[in-house]
Amino acid sequence: MSVENAARAPSEAWDEIVVRVLKANKVELIAYVPDKVLAPLIKRLHADDYFAVLSPAREEEAVGIVAGAYMGGRRGIVLMQTSGFATLPNVLASLAVPFQIPVLMMISERGTLGDFQLGQAMVCRTMRPVLESLGIEHHAITRLEDVEFIVDSMIRQAFATQAPAAMILSPLLTKKTARK
Amino acid sequence: MPANEMKSASRDSAKLMNRSDLCRRLVEKLVHEEAVVGGIGHTHFDLWASGQRPQNFYMLGSMGLAVPIAFGVALAQPQRRVFALEGDGSLLMQLGALGTVAMHAPKNLAIVVFDNGVYQITGSQPTLTSYRTDLVAMAKGAGLAQSAWAADEAHYDRLVDAALKAEGPWFIAARTDAQPPAGVTERDAAKIRGRFMQGLGVSR
Repeated sequence: MSVENAARAPSEAWDEIVVRVLKANKVELIAYVPDKVLAPLIKRLHADDYFAVLSPAREEEAVGIVAGAYMGGRRGIVLMQTSGFATLPNVLASLAVPFQIPVLMMISERGTLGDFQLGQAMVCRTMRPVLESLGIEHHAITRLEDVEFIVDSMIRQAFATQAPAAMILSPLLTKKTARK
Repeated sequence: MPANEMKSASRDSAKLMNRSDLCRRLVEKLVHEEAVVGGIGHTHFDLWASGQRPQNFYMLGSMGLAVPIAFGVALAQPQRRVFALEGDGSLLMQLGALGTVAMHAPKNLAIVVFDNGVYQITGSQPTLTSYRTDLVAMAKGAGLAQSAWAADEAHYDRLVDAALKAEGPWFIAARTDAQPPAGVTERDAAKIRGRFMQGLGVSR
């Protein structure tokens, strides 16, 4: 079933769309370190037998598991929040990038647009410079109508070009949409 | 469950063995295209020196991630046995991975740790295992029941045999000496990854 032809309800939430697009791209291994913003997505993934869902102790570990699974022929994604991403430069620079392993990352963006923790706000500033310096494709998803296109096309490109990719869930999507 | 094989020596009583020799002993037993993920530094140098099998993966960085990478391979290919080779310094960096492996209990995964008590590649500064830390006790505490110190080479061989036959996960620890590795891995990341995937029968 292609994503384009999939039946979709106009009222789908962002997390429902993500689940549908992951399935359409045969991404079935989920390794996450929890986050409040990601909680509805994590709940949905746990409830769906299609996915093998792992919760390792650390984001680095999750990247290692997804990288190993890719080399063994199974597609996976790492879910984390901004502060978790900040623990990853070494593994991205020494494993995912040089070995050309398409590690998919979905990062809920904390520390901006209404976060009240200075620690989150500071660590958030490090995310894009790290992604830029490693040459890793990244896009922020800010609108519900863009979720399907950005997630689907970034996954396709990551596997086609054998490169890691970072999908950033902006508060414009996850907080503003939820408030409507 | 081979109870006799799993009887662990204590760390203090375990014989100091040679890492190159233990790598060769493991590789000699791999006749079913088992996958091996060699951790950073001298661990994968000796894996490389034991014969460049297409089913070997050599980690060039990402210290501590041999276990998670091997676990990922084991999840993707449940019919294939997978070994993670790590050093004590590396394993100490990612101890949570032992709990992750214990929770999911992959039947086809074995972790082999060479504990020389030092960061040999950077000048042999002591690791925590030179003081009070016992990696088999930590593995057991993480939930890996089938964890043992190899008393000597013969016991190591029996432990590896058990990991090849019976259901895992397994944690096999061996104390190793101060000898240098028997070779140096060719550091070509894309080639290593391509050959490993080919060795596992995976096309992009």
